[in-house]
Amino acid sequence: MSASRTKAPRRRRAQWIETRAALLFISPWIIGFLVFTAWPVINSAYLSLTDYDVINDPNFVGFDNYAQLFEDPKVGLALRNTFVFTVLSVPAHIIVSLGLALLLNGATRATGFFRTAFFLPKMTPPVAVGILLLLLFNGQNGLINGFLGVFGIDGPAWTTDPAWVKPGLVLMSLWTVGSSVVIILAALRAVPQELYDSALVDGAGWWRRTLRITVPMISPTLFFLFIVNTINALQSFTEAYTAFFGSGNTTYSNDAALFYAIYLFQQAFEFLHMGYASALAWLLFLVIMAITGVQMLVTRRFVHYEGGQP
Amino acid sequence: MRRRIRLILTWAALSGFAIAFIYPFVWLLSASFKPRSEVFDHRIIPETFTFENYIKVWNEAPLALWMANTLFVTVLAAVAVTITSAMVAWGFAYFRFPGRNALFGVVLATMMLPGVVTMVPVFLIWNSLGMVGTLTPLWAQNLFGSAFYIFLLRQFFLGLPREPFEAAKIDGANNWKIFTRIALPLCKPAVVVTLLFEFQAAWTDLMRPLIYLRDSSTFTVPRGLKALLDQFGFGGEWHWEIVMTASVITTVPMIILFFLGQKHFVRGIATTGSKG
Repeated sequence: MSASRTKAPRRRRAQWIETRAALLFISPWIIGFLVFTAWPVINSAYLSLTDYDVINDPNFVGFDNYAQLFEDPKVGLALRNTFVFTVLSVPAHIIVSLGLALLLNGATRATGFFRTAFFLPKMTPPVAVGILLLLLFNGQNGLINGFLGVFGIDGPAWTTDPAWVKPGLVLMSLWTVGSSVVIILAALRAVPQELYDSALVDGAGWWRRTLRITVPMISPTLFFLFIVNTINALQSFTEAYTAFFGSGNTTYSNDAALFYAIYLFQQAFEFLHMGYASALAWLLFLVIMAITGVQMLVTRRFVHYEGGQP
Repeated sequence: MRRRIRLILTWAALSGFAIAFIYPFVWLLSASFKPRSEVFDHRIIPETFTFENYIKVWNEAPLALWMANTLFVTVLAAVAVTITSAMVAWGFAYFRFPGRNALFGVVLATMMLPGVVTMVPVFLIWNSLGMVGTLTPLWAQNLFGSAFYIFLLRQFFLGLPREPFEAAKIDGANNWKIFTRIALPLCKPAVVVTLLFEFQAAWTDLMRPLIYLRDSSTFTVPRGLKALLDQFGFGGEWHWEIVMTASVITTVPMIILFFLGQKHFVRGIATTGSKG
């Protein structure tokens, strides 16, 4: 009788001790979340309704910043540039890394060397990649046009002709597919061999096996890369900023490389339009959410999970 | 026979791609040893071999200082984020407490929030603390863990057997001891992956140094490289040899790090993707 009465509080006490220990362990994250995520999100929403410029106190301006977004031609331009870059670079990125991973999977030996070769550019600082872009794609004496010249092709002025700036950026971004190759290769290695064996018995060729077995089996990985690459492409900044923006850079027609993140950065930290920049940030957030949402709805149907939907 | 032909073709294609991926490095490296007039010729072995560019860069830019700044920021950032993320991950993996799953859901949700939304207010926090212009904002935020690494490390902790922890508990070890003496050593691969990933991220970051650093003496390597490009590339006469040589110098430490931690890098990246 008395034993059962003391048991419940004791268990509650043990639970409290465990909870307290857990809270101690996760307290860094809780503090960081409150200070560096929750508060900034609230503050950003508030700032987007003000004309804050760091120097003067913020004035409440209602939805003026959001109205201005629709009238600012640079916003439209930056959105278009970012979309074009994303639409070109993400599929190219997936196709190239899938191709390289399939090749690596097909070569039985020494894949370690090739894997290293493909991964190395990923270790190059993005600033250096931006500089390499200017050098390799230089219209007059760049390596790319030199290579094209071997085949008698007169290459375009990649870094100065507005029409060729984005294709150049897309091609340069393909140089850093390395981590995707490694991820896909790991997924390829996990596809059960029996599936191929039975397909071979049925007389299926390489293309058929790749399209009917390999791609469906690794579709969760491809889906993951698709979503992550899209989110990253929509926020791309460093390479384009290095190559086409910055102090003293007036030589280039850099409107063609004005990505959304670059424009946001300029508004916030070059023009100190903190309020407007906050509104820009929220627009980008909504755009990313909408695009990712649509991608998830559309592609979910093509993604094959072993053991059904998770 | 057909198999062999296919294998040869595969190898040929792989070699072609490998050359395309490595060639820019080799070309850049060789250009850094060429005199100014030959920088843009397409020869791989320099006709005239010279260290002049390295001396020029050394005289033009406080590269050693930038390297020291970067190393300081990078080591602190990587160590801080690894320790705190591991602690938080352990808190979520080992203990049972009310609201655990909901709270972990919040951790995952913060991973989806684009950095630009918090960029301006976080700057204002550091500004009000008078830290803008110092290196502190580049690493101090890492003292609070990072959602991605918390997720990664928690997955690893969840895969560990519970018996050693129960045994240690019965032997009277406290929670901190169980975490540092048993759990952390068991999850060494994931800890190494976290360290390497964050080291690379901090070493290569440009946006935050652009926002927070004002004076050339506080620059990190990427920020300094950008300043060199602005000065010797866009600002008047082109001095490509300086920019190229500085690029080589900034890339080499990452390449060395990659060769040292290659196994962990590759494994880490491979496991990250398969969680999709």
